[in-house]
Amino acid sequence: MEQATILLYDGSFNGFLTAVFKTYSDKIITADIQRADHGQHGLFSDAVYIVTDTALAQRVWNGIRKKNGQAIKEIYFAFLSEQEGIERLLLSYIQRIFSEVRAVRTDLGNEMVLRIEQLARKVGREKHRMEAFVRFQLTADGIYFANIEPDFNVLPLISRHFRSRYADQEWIIYDLKRNYGLHYDGNRLSLVNMDLPKSYTNSLKLGDEFHEDESAYQQLWGTYFQKTNIRSRINKKLHEQHVPRRYWKYLSEKNPANALPGA
Amino acid sequence: MDYNRIREKLSILADAAKYDVSCASSGSNRKNTSKGLGDSTGMGICHSYTEDGRCVSLLKILLTNHCIFDCAYCVTRKSNDIPRAAFKIQEVVDLTINFYRRNYIEGLFLSSGIFKSADHTMERLIAVAKKLRLEENFNGYIHLKSIPGASDELMYEAGLYADRLSVNIEIPTISGLKLLAPDKRHEDFTQPMNKVKNEIIRYRDELKVNRHTPKYAPAGQSTQMIVGATGESDRDIMYSATHYYRNYGMKRVYYSGYIPVASDTRLPALGSQVPVLRENRLYQADWLLRFYGFSVKELLDEQKPFLDTDIDPKLSWALRNLQLFPVDINTADKQLLARVPGIGIKSVHTILKARRHRALTWDHLSRFQLALNRAKYFITCASPDVYHRDREAGNLKALILQQSHGKYRHLHSNQLSLFN
Repeated sequence: MEQATILLYDGSFNGFLTAVFKTYSDKIITADIQRADHGQHGLFSDAVYIVTDTALAQRVWNGIRKKNGQAIKEIYFAFLSEQEGIERLLLSYIQRIFSEVRAVRTDLGNEMVLRIEQLARKVGREKHRMEAFVRFQLTADGIYFANIEPDFNVLPLISRHFRSRYADQEWIIYDLKRNYGLHYDGNRLSLVNMDLPKSYTNSLKLGDEFHEDESAYQQLWGTYFQKTNIRSRINKKLHEQHVPRRYWKYLSEKNPANALPGA
Repeated sequence: MDYNRIREKLSILADAAKYDVSCASSGSNRKNTSKGLGDSTGMGICHSYTEDGRCVSLLKILLTNHCIFDCAYCVTRKSNDIPRAAFKIQEVVDLTINFYRRNYIEGLFLSSGIFKSADHTMERLIAVAKKLRLEENFNGYIHLKSIPGASDELMYEAGLYADRLSVNIEIPTISGLKLLAPDKRHEDFTQPMNKVKNEIIRYRDELKVNRHTPKYAPAGQSTQMIVGATGESDRDIMYSATHYYRNYGMKRVYYSGYIPVASDTRLPALGSQVPVLRENRLYQADWLLRFYGFSVKELLDEQKPFLDTDIDPKLSWALRNLQLFPVDINTADKQLLARVPGIGIKSVHTILKARRHRALTWDHLSRFQLALNRAKYFITCASPDVYHRDREAGNLKALILQQSHGKYRHLHSNQLSLFN
């Protein structure tokens, strides 16, 4: 009997799609696709390291898109959830998509299909939240800078939104959890890795890295936030449902330093 | 920037604007084409939520809270002894731009007390929007209040810079308006509304022959009604809402539970409870009209002037029409599925997709996000177990209430005890 193989990849979506390509081109019986840095290969199978090849990845992407344009988007979103075992789940899903004539995406009575749809939806919700909860702080050298720690790896998904919205300003959105960020210089977008001093990641007291007006605007925003609230309708449960506590850290209106005195 | 002065003004003028519940920032289509600032395409974004649980999407302020009118329900009425303030045009522009650049907001919602005259006030609101668009190259969302009594010329100009325009009807009945806002006439509200409606139609027609037609109020119009200030019925409110949706092409009608802001014998006393439950039921009814294919007559009529408070309006309708149920989840058409209590539009779509592949059972349904505790009494599926039996409406209602934990349950029992 032929041995099942584990494919290792670099953790990128292109790497994953390259691995998917290999399972077809080399007719590999794939037990699993795993991130190389996670390394928990099973005892009885061979592990093969797959080198990311953008051209091959593109072929898989196009192949799925041709079968179903919505499915490729859902696969990408679900992949970014970084859930344990997501690669194996997506591989079976992709295999089903290629093997069937009918659209698989709508088969929500099937557990795997439903699970992928729900994961994609969760990632979509996190994307939307980040578009809402990013708070830029203006630095002394004129860069609008924001930290985030999203539940899922949504930076690649929000770049277009921020690029078209803030086309005329220089900005950086930095994911502290995954230690990389997006930098837009007014023309081009690039990925950056930085060693951030503590003062950037903790906004309670602003140092001189930030523009002289920055704390004034944060306080004006804090004032607005408090004054637009209607006390006789208070509903903190609903409030926390909409703005879960784990996001408060980087919301300037939730920073006590920006609260209205005596309110 | 005189920071302390701005902060003081912002405190007063945000506080005065907060009773306007609209904060929608969706439905526009202003693209950032010229490398300017901002973009309002696609869906709206709530950047934060206040502690009362309402969305914060726009910087919602008054230009000034000086007002020549004395409407009893309004906190800004001239006889009210409160601190007054007024923003300069440039101050509003600077706040908007600086908040927007930090990703605090989707744009500006500017309203105002009426100083000097309706036209004078409207001109100043337009001046802010014009400056944002032309000088700051701002493509974010702008919602301007149409000042009752403003001239057609100004309403025309407002639509060239704003995404949305709104006039708040506030009092749903003409008799209520006479009682509480004797300085205003019903026509003062409908005239600017009508002008904007006609311009929207004209621009839409023009767009068909000339694709370079500029935008005119692309996110349409909305209005707001106060609930519980004048003894109006739910029927008065919803029939009036239907009138504005139908005849003025409103994108939204908002319902605002009256928050006592004045000691006045014509109004509920200060400290009275805000009717949030009633407000919630009205919104549910509004959704049924706009997205679920219900007509207002099915929900409210002369025999039934008020919505039930203990159950939602869809369940209430279903209990009055038990002869239409149960429906088979695997064969019923979309319209009928949408009428099943506990099944929302999203679930309808899930069901329609999934049943193309296989007959759905309770097991499938339990994994979809729908309220099966209500829905199960109104549907059948491919499983043999049946929850639907010929129950009398009163019994079924009691059974469902017994098993549900509605978010307003505690409130409902409170309100009941108030009446006892």
